[in-house]
Amino acid sequence: MALQQIDQFAAKLRPDTRAAVYDGSKKGHEKRTAVLFDHYPDPDHLRRLAGNIKQHVVENLDTLLPAAAAALERNGVKVHWASTAEEANAAVLAIMQARGAKKMVKAKTMVSEETHLADYLGKNGVECVETDLGEFIIQIDGDHPSHIVKPIIHKNRREIATSFEKHGLGAYNDDPQTITRRARAHLRRKYLEADVGLTGANFVTADTGRLVLVTNEGNSRFCLAATKCHIAMVGIEKLLPRETDLGLYLNLLARSGTGQQLTVYTEFISGPRSPAQPDGPEEMHVIFVDNGRTEALASECREILRCIRCGACLNVCPVYRQASGHAYRSVYPGPVGAVLSPLLAGERFPELADLPKASSLCGACNEVCPVNIPIPDLLLRLRARGKEAGAKNAAAGTPPMGAWSLLATQPFAWRTSLTAGHTLNYVPKSLIPVPPMQTWLRDRTLPAWRGGAFRKWMKDRAKK
Amino acid sequence: MSSARDTLLARVKAALAPLPERAPLPDWERELVVMREARGAVDAWTLFSARLAGVNGTPLTSVAELIALLTKSDWRRGYCDPALWAELRPAFDAAGGFTVETTFDRARVDDYQFGITAAVGAIAETGTVVLSDAATSSRLAALAPWTHIAVLRRAQIHLDLPAAIAALPKDPNVVWCTGPSKTADVEGILIEGVHGPGIQVALLLG
Repeated sequence: MALQQIDQFAAKLRPDTRAAVYDGSKKGHEKRTAVLFDHYPDPDHLRRLAGNIKQHVVENLDTLLPAAAAALERNGVKVHWASTAEEANAAVLAIMQARGAKKMVKAKTMVSEETHLADYLGKNGVECVETDLGEFIIQIDGDHPSHIVKPIIHKNRREIATSFEKHGLGAYNDDPQTITRRARAHLRRKYLEADVGLTGANFVTADTGRLVLVTNEGNSRFCLAATKCHIAMVGIEKLLPRETDLGLYLNLLARSGTGQQLTVYTEFISGPRSPAQPDGPEEMHVIFVDNGRTEALASECREILRCIRCGACLNVCPVYRQASGHAYRSVYPGPVGAVLSPLLAGERFPELADLPKASSLCGACNEVCPVNIPIPDLLLRLRARGKEAGAKNAAAGTPPMGAWSLLATQPFAWRTSLTAGHTLNYVPKSLIPVPPMQTWLRDRTLPAWRGGAFRKWMKDRAKK
Repeated sequence: MSSARDTLLARVKAALAPLPERAPLPDWERELVVMREARGAVDAWTLFSARLAGVNGTPLTSVAELIALLTKSDWRRGYCDPALWAELRPAFDAAGGFTVETTFDRARVDDYQFGITAAVGAIAETGTVVLSDAATSSRLAALAPWTHIAVLRRAQIHLDLPAAIAALPKDPNVVWCTGPSKTADVEGILIEGVHGPGIQVALLLG
């Protein structure tokens, strides 16, 4: 039987990569659980509440988006709208060109990964430097992030030291402290040379028009202290109805993502710098990006738009831990990616229709989700969609059901086969010549055949 | 640009149109997210300094302690907010050997070993100092030097995070700093001082 693509990838994964991903995600999950339950008497109540508020946001985007845009504009922010990745990238380039700007420093934003912004700007003569340490290493390696929060979870220090040496960042040295100091020295020159700083947003408050950004390294803060223009690319689902709701989400995000009480830098940005402030952007732009989100909104899986990108479902997922993020062949890996990536793919849905099958439906992702997304339910809905779309890769790993359906639709044949099945009890199971059965039996034992027992019970009961 | 807006919002409206009803917006009590430690009668500075130490930050209660810290590490060159310098200068002059500037020159960011700026608040339960454009004389001075000293007054300390949210100033750039800049990107190993300060001091004055 053909393996699913994700299994094929996992089978070829280098043992040290698998170990790094497994250890990193397991540690992340353990820290998250310890901190949440140590600090709060009932974290599950908080998750459900946060889920309900975000569901309200998702289902009221038609009023909340214009409200947020109006609040941002009142604060002196220029608001742009982009329905597609191409429009979003073009909007960034247009702002750069209007300023005659050639250099950008960029903080981590998942939506810019969706639009392949850095490549696009590079092709249009703009230098775009990633400043998050992990993303910077990804960029010099021409690699892709494999985790939403820990982009280089799949790399070890020796690989990083080798690529630093190759890119002129000093002689080989794999001490993490030395690596970090070299990046610090290199990147601060880039901040100070850059014209524009680009960030995403973790939250946008619809009532007051504040962008909230969280980082541990302080890179987005440096982007906003050194450059003259701030551009934020923001997915349309990032809104919160009330500023006071931040009290709930900031507490849940840090604990769920990295097991911290609070991220080191939490920035509340609501416009260009104050007149008296010598440092920071004189102009600020927010680009609201759709890029497939309205299709997800119209679908039976709109709950996925609650996601606050903490990565907790990746850390807990037994499939992610064994397969790594690159196995998901898309920007968003793990359980959230198995739902979100096929939805955001639009026309290309069939190419990713196998991802919803990359799950044992154990439900751990739902249990850790800070916004209580019913991921297993959504995976089932997308499996049904994959089947209806006749996506070939979604069928990989599924045993053929033709013979079963033939029997099940013909009562006489069904009854006969139930009785005939008893002969199996006299045959050693290891001799049954059905390959999927043999795979299954490798780790399990079959109970004795009891075909017809239920029908007999029903008949006897009817007689009484 | 307005047509791009209309196109996107029309898609949102169309996607939501078939919904028979919309999810309501629940209210919630901010007590829910206050940590156990911050409930009841606690001294704000005591809790704040314990929490700050817990994230490897440095709480100090006098200029003498600050000078001792700077002297021990031989950090002699730095920046100070001009509005604070009058208050701090006598102690620095008495100690001697410091070069402190009151304007921050971005062409020489690495020349400053420390930067002293004013905080606009703090959060006790998380060990966070709150900075803003109005209170911080230079964003770069509070970020680029290896040591950042945020000067804090006792009355500015909020006990918990929801209280600090409720008190967010009308300011375009409010930043909460919770300990030194850090990363665990390389093999999950904690390294402090990535792009921002490796030492985060909160100095309580008055």
